[in-house]
Amino acid sequence: MQTFTYYPGCTLRTKAKDLDAYARASAEALGIALIEPENWQCCGGAYSTATNEAGSKLSAVRTLMAAKDSEGLVTVCSACHNVIKQTNYDISRNEAMANKVRQYLGLEEAYRGETKVLHYLELLRDVVGFDNLAAKVTNPFKGKKIAAYYGCLLLRPSKALAMDDPENPRIMEDFIRAIGGTPVIYAQRNECCGGYIAMEDKAQAAKRSGAVMSSAKDMGADMIITACPLCLYNLRKNSGSDMPVYYFTELLAEALGLKEESNE
Amino acid sequence: MNKFDLEWINLTSGVNVRKCMRCGKCSATCPSYDEMEYHPHQFVYMVEKGNIEPLLGSDSLYKCLTCFACVERCPRGVEPAKVVEAVRLAAVRKQGGNHLTPDQIPAMLDDDLPQQAIVTAFRKYTK
Repeated sequence: MQTFTYYPGCTLRTKAKDLDAYARASAEALGIALIEPENWQCCGGAYSTATNEAGSKLSAVRTLMAAKDSEGLVTVCSACHNVIKQTNYDISRNEAMANKVRQYLGLEEAYRGETKVLHYLELLRDVVGFDNLAAKVTNPFKGKKIAAYYGCLLLRPSKALAMDDPENPRIMEDFIRAIGGTPVIYAQRNECCGGYIAMEDKAQAAKRSGAVMSSAKDMGADMIITACPLCLYNLRKNSGSDMPVYYFTELLAEALGLKEESNE
Repeated sequence: MNKFDLEWINLTSGVNVRKCMRCGKCSATCPSYDEMEYHPHQFVYMVEKGNIEPLLGSDSLYKCLTCFACVERCPRGVEPAKVVEAVRLAAVRKQGGNHLTPDQIPAMLDDDLPQQAIVTAFRKYTK
């Protein structure tokens, strides 16, 4: 069994508990041990691109350092993934920033981006392998047309995220094939759902998330999947569409026949 | 024109605004285009010209969704979102410049709103 450090983040402990529970149960069934570090902190939700911004990188660096000696740091939430990967990328290329963070945190040695960061989807693709996953599926989504929603945070900026082609991704579509479904390709799959603007401007969130849902529906989707709690919120609550929206981990657990037990 | 603010913005963004060739792709791909008074390409152009006062006072600062579409799709690697972020920080870091205060939050909540939205908004709207 391979062991990885696992960072759930704030929302997976609260409003997105099922995203977390399905991820953990499925990993175990696939032979992956996920170990959560103690006393982790919230990633901050959004990455600050400001060159003089060290304070907002500290919690991400603490998380990255906690995973330094493991095989890698696994995240599920798109926002955590984006913040932690961008921090890791920038700090590995910016000595002044690394030294500033070292001073803030009182580290003996500067952290220079040594930890490998993997999104759960990358874990499935690169460690488990989609072929191996497909072989373990007991409850395939046969005949189901499933739209993968990447949104913005999984793919961009691609230099730092380095997960997939940012304009023509396939990792989620390959995941859908592995669990027996038929992926639906649609124009809005890597455009923004409106994100946190939902707090201030519901109309804008409705416009963006509505565009995503109708684009997927127009291409014949039965359902849409996401990795991000905020995307799920906007697509379900603000889009005005009744097409079902699920976390990809829920479909994974269902395909592996684990859905009931992860709900217990 | 405030020379100190302009220099601060350019240092903070890390962007060379002179690389822009004015193709407008950043604004064309921006999901907040309709909601913005000044669009991403205008942020880049106005910072290049030193015309930052209108930007510092505009609500457009709080319409950027940090989706990085303009950063990814700029053919010249200008990274306009980083310019918007630097101008926003120049505005919110001033005394009383915060766009959101904690006591405004409860009225914005509903039962399903993920914590992620609140922390992200706070990071974007306050110093």
